[in-house]
Amino acid sequence: MAHDHKLEIFRGLLKFKSNTQKIWGVLVFLSIVTAIEVALGITKPAILTHNTFIGMKILNWIFIILTLVKAYYIAWDFMHLRDEKASLRRAIVWTPIFLVSYLVFILLFEADYIYNVWKDAYISWNF
Amino acid sequence: MDSTVTTGTEGSVWGGGNRPLGASYGKMMMWFFIVSDALTFSGFLASYGFSRFKFIETWPIADEVFTHVPFFHGNFPMYYVAFMTFILIMSSVTMVLAVDAGHRMMKNRVIIYMFLTIIGGAIFVGSQAWEWATFIRGDYGAVETRGGRILQFVKADTGERAALADFAATLPETRERQESRNGIWFESEGSLPTYSVEEVAEGLRANPNILIRTEQLNEDGHKTVLNREQTLEKIKDARLVVEGANLIRNEYGSRLFADFFFFITGFHGFHVFSGVVINIIIFFNVILGTYERRGHYEMVEKVGLYWHFVDLVWVFVFTFFYLV
Repeated sequence: MAHDHKLEIFRGLLKFKSNTQKIWGVLVFLSIVTAIEVALGITKPAILTHNTFIGMKILNWIFIILTLVKAYYIAWDFMHLRDEKASLRRAIVWTPIFLVSYLVFILLFEADYIYNVWKDAYISWNF
Repeated sequence: MDSTVTTGTEGSVWGGGNRPLGASYGKMMMWFFIVSDALTFSGFLASYGFSRFKFIETWPIADEVFTHVPFFHGNFPMYYVAFMTFILIMSSVTMVLAVDAGHRMMKNRVIIYMFLTIIGGAIFVGSQAWEWATFIRGDYGAVETRGGRILQFVKADTGERAALADFAATLPETRERQESRNGIWFESEGSLPTYSVEEVAEGLRANPNILIRTEQLNEDGHKTVLNREQTLEKIKDARLVVEGANLIRNEYGSRLFADFFFFITGFHGFHVFSGVVINIIIFFNVILGTYERRGHYEMVEKVGLYWHFVDLVWVFVFTFFYLV
């Protein structure tokens, strides 16, 4: 384990000389992503909040994608998944991805349905 | 033809001798725990998404709720949470550096990096506590209607939020807090708000500069501000004065917002707290030379996995609670 770290990130675009260097490189990358998120969260550009994609603001899609990018680098480089066997990696990653996607899908669909019930049906709640 | 029972199964596939995943037992179990815990957190965040989508037009705007930074006055949306996120990522980095030093059997470096990790975790938990205290105290105050909706107040000329203290009238009222020592032992109540509904309504009528802001979001993603006539009509629905937040009601809007805030960040904060405790235990084990004698620092790697997981969860909580 000790000396077989994979040292390149971004599919080999960036290769580090040592594991320590790679850790700092990943930190820089994660900080940049967080800074972008915070900057977008404070400015909220109108072009991103007024346009939607599958019922959600473009800005929110950007946040979620950037979060998944951060999660990937935390898991791959900080939690050393990059150095684990592919079988272990897949067992860890795909199990939650499958279950969570399913759960999110059914819950959000149901929530949207309930939203429409509250909105259109004869229920008084805003009084 | 080998029909006898063999005990030397180390190299054989059928005897369970090989290790298809190439990870030690302890590390596998840590991953097992992390995956199941990730599913727990996913359940919480998905139910948060459920409530959010259900009340998509009335949900509070996080930018307007979390606007405080310790030792500074003013409106700083998100800065402090961004700082907390950075602290946690930073402590994740020192943790992974400790693991790296452990691989190379450099005891003193492991000690230093573990120590920095613990400090980072402590700062994060402290910030979390401060964030909770600020959230519970609240800042402007609001009133609740008969139907459980929250009405907030803004100044008509500047569009800024108005605190109850800015306009509430002082009426000669005799309502006092009921305590058990004043009456029958089971009759007591929680603390009364600073102003009564009548005082707020009276102040509102007397001050033409104050308008009501409802929970409803308009097309630009801002809360709807009523005009003066609607304001005077709407205040008649007010039943309760709400200051700050608790598990039943909060001045920020939807009741579920505070409930999920307390539950999810609380559960995460509890994970950080236990992570700090576990890190301290391992830290002392490193100092005592336990892993030096054992010949490897895998225990540091295992708590490291847990610590990174806590960071990973925070990345998601940060996105779904503060950004989206």
